[in-house]
Amino acid sequence: MNFNATFIGQIVVFAVFVWICAKFVWPPIMEAMQARQKKIAEGLDSADRAAKDLELAKHEAEKQLSEAKKEAAAILEQANKRATQLVDEAKVTAREEGDRIVASAQAEVDKEVTAAREQLRERISELTLAGAERILGSEVDAKKHSELLDKLAAEL
Amino acid sequence: MASSEGGYANAGEYIQHHLTNLTYGKLEAGSHLCDGSTTSEAVWKVAQCHEEVEHMGFWAIHLDSMIWSIGLGAVFLLLFGMVARKAHAGVPTGIQNFVETIVEFVDTQVRDIFHGRNPWIAPIALTVFVWVFLSNLMDIIPVDLIPYSLELLGVKYHKIVPSTDPNITLGTATFVFFLMIYYSFKVKGMGFIKELSFTPFNHWAFVPFNLFLELVGLLAKPFSLGLRLFGNLYAAEMIFILIALMFGGGIFIAVFGGALQLAWAIFHIMVIPLQAFIFMVLTIVYLSQAHEDH
Repeated sequence: MNFNATFIGQIVVFAVFVWICAKFVWPPIMEAMQARQKKIAEGLDSADRAAKDLELAKHEAEKQLSEAKKEAAAILEQANKRATQLVDEAKVTAREEGDRIVASAQAEVDKEVTAAREQLRERISELTLAGAERILGSEVDAKKHSELLDKLAAEL
Repeated sequence: MASSEGGYANAGEYIQHHLTNLTYGKLEAGSHLCDGSTTSEAVWKVAQCHEEVEHMGFWAIHLDSMIWSIGLGAVFLLLFGMVARKAHAGVPTGIQNFVETIVEFVDTQVRDIFHGRNPWIAPIALTVFVWVFLSNLMDIIPVDLIPYSLELLGVKYHKIVPSTDPNITLGTATFVFFLMIYYSFKVKGMGFIKELSFTPFNHWAFVPFNLFLELVGLLAKPFSLGLRLFGNLYAAEMIFILIALMFGGGIFIAVFGGALQLAWAIFHIMVIPLQAFIFMVLTIVYLSQAHEDH
């Protein structure tokens, strides 16, 4: 409990402790801690950025998806329209073709009828002539009466 | 150990023995020695009784206080130095975690109190805190364990708690005081003298009065710093010694003493870091004041 040179010893000893601590102990520990702090801050930062990027990408993807959907719908609609148009066109063409066929058939029929009528007329004139020959019992001068017969045939 | 079987005549002798440091110093010619003889010439020796210690005066040194002080400082520096050498910014483990927690704690205190830019303040605070803490921690070791073991080996006196030696606590406080004076002059130059002369009364006529007031205030800082730590630890040590006396008083008193010892040790666990913390905070505050212009 006496006051003595231990006092001076302690001052010197403590000064040495502080010097060693300040030179060799404190700086590396503090440096490491600060470096870690920076690393963690950077890590958190990049995580934030990544989350934001993800959000953005999601947004973008959604937008593209909805656009694609819209486009698909438009294409589908167009295709439908085109199909309807094609069907309509085909219908018109078919009708025209049908009409044409019907018309040509009609014309054929008309022609056949006319031909048949012509034939019939000729046949009638022949038959009439033959009948008349038979009735008259004599030969009829075909040339002489043909004019009359033609007139008759035309009336039929 | 405390009764006559332990080699002590009475409780008073036991207490005095436990409060005497292992002192090495010079005995002048004509001093009385413990065995009753008188030296014919001056001798350097380790004091063997209280009387010799008294004769040695100022130029003597407490070997036990110095050894434990240096030893505990070495423990601190080796432990923290080991971590510092391998410190890395990766994931910290084990001892690095522990050391970094303390460093972080001290750094926070320094940042809160000290607003200047001085890279020395934080290491000073760390050294003060850990060293005082370790010194105080020695108080938890049962008072007789190491001294009695050493006494069997022939070492007469031994005190293992450096912070119960006023030389040690005042020495540490004086080191802080030197730093205060150094930084006061470094930062304020002659403004420091002016500050001492013209506060609290800003008038020429009051300069001597101001100087007296301020110097007393200035000197009171290291004294209160050192004596606070000494007083707390010395009182605690004293109570441990008094409790240890009960171990020689029969089985019932010994058991009761054991319970008291446990209770006081548990209470003391609170005092140990608290005193270390107070010493550190006051050191930072004083050094902060030295840096600030008023």
